[in-house]
Formats: sequence, C-alpha cells, structure tokens
Amino acid sequence: MSLSVNLETKGNVLCIRLEGELDHHAAGKLRQQVDNVLQEKGIKHIVLNLEELTFMDSSGIGVILGRYQQISKQGGEMVVCSISSPVKRIFELSGLFKILRLESREADALRKLGVA
Amino acid sequence: MKNEMKLEFSAVSENEAFARVSVGAFVAQLDPNMDELTEIKTVVSEAVTNAIIHGYHENPAGSIVIMVKIDTDTVELTVKDHGEGIDNINKAREPLYTTKPELERSGMGFTIMENFMDEVEVTSEPKTGTTVYLKKRLARSRSLCN
Repeated sequence: MSLSVNLETKGNVLCIRLEGELDHHAAGKLRQQVDNVLQEKGIKHIVLNLEELTFMDSSGIGVILGRYQQISKQGGEMVVCSISSPVKRIFELSGLFKILRLESREADALRKLGVA
Repeated sequence: MKNEMKLEFSAVSENEAFARVSVGAFVAQLDPNMDELTEIKTVVSEAVTNAIIHGYHENPAGSIVIMVKIDTDTVELTVKDHGEGIDNINKAREPLYTTKPELERSGMGFTIMENFMDEVEVTSEPKTGTTVYLKKRLARSRSLCN
C-alpha cells in the first residue's frame, strides 16, 4: 500500500521510479528523498517513471510541481513515462501535461534527454 | 441493496490509505467498474487529506468521521471533521486555490471531487468544522446485471 521510491542518477538525469500509492502521507518522504539528491551538483533533468504507481491524488500533483519548479529554474526538463490511466487522469485534470513531457517508456525519455 | 457504514479515526496521514481502502471495500458490494472504484477512492483521499491538513493543521488529536450509504447504483459519502472550518467555501473550491502553498498543496482537491462525483456539497462553519457530502451514480448497465 505504501510508496516505494527508487532513485537512480544517469549522467545529469535523475530517474525517479515510484511503486505503490502516492498520497499526502507518502508525499513528504518522497519530497525529502528527491530534494536530498537534487541538492547534489550536476542534476539537470528528471525522468519520472510511474509504471508501478497504482494510485495518486492531488498531493502527488503538489510534490511533482515542486520538483519541476526546482529543475526548471536551472533550465532542466521533467519527462514522465509509463503512466497508468487512473494516474493520467489526475495529470490531465491538473494540466500537468502543459509543462511536462510524456513518453511511453523510460528508455525513450532518457534518449530524449540525451543520456541513453 | 441498501447498506451503510460509519468509520471514525484519528486525523493522521497514515489513515488516508486506511480510509480510501475501507470505503473502496465497502462500495465494492455494488460491483463498480475499476474507474468508478478509483474515482471513489481518490475523492475519499482528497476529503480526508483536507480534513487533516486544513481542518486540524495535522493535529493528531482531531477526529474524522466517514459515513457511506450505498443503494443499488448510488454511493453517498459524507466526510466530517470538527476542525477549523472554511472561511470562504467558494474560494476553497476554485481550481488551484490553496491556503497552504508552502506545503506544496496543489489546490486541486475540490476540483478532483467535482470531476469524479455527480454531486459535491460543502458545509462549513469557522471553528466548528466542515462536512463534505459526495454522491455518485454508478454506470447503470452494470448494476442492472446484478
């Protein structure tokens, strides 16, 4: 039920892979884990792999937007991949696709950012 | 089939998952489709999170009550807190409006509730609490098959 967070750095890209459910309870821990890595030098872009994310509510929107703002200030991009249809609906409702790029697979997302 | 239940729990974030899973399990008796079940779990999560963050400012002494009524093809949810209440309900329901941007709240909770349910009613009194009533009709073709 809870959220499991896998973080991997590939060049200047941080891959965030989420598994489980992202709500207000899980959002705080996710924010802290990601921010710890973002504070290290050299991360420019974020790839958000949501293949195993089974549930997300508006708390997820907040934490994703917050990370987006951090990297976009440095000229970085956020690419979302492997999104399931219920999570996609939340993204669509909140207009997140206006600022985030969507790719079907992580490999495509990484290639677009020039690190695959 | 008419049925109803009531849950009362502490206003702690651990209970957000508990609340949506419990309501989902209860509503499953009506055999909703996967989209409907996800929508119901999502709105429960939104309303409970609002109560925890805005109603009680994350004070675990607060208590939240959920009542669920199901009847053939209809789900009625009531989420009630005795917290701070909402000063301006219309403002609170506006998309992207939040009183807590510093906590990275998106301001999309009520918008999601309105999109996923057929009726959303919010009653609130400052310093007394907030009640959110949500109603949804499930796809009729499925319930007629039961």
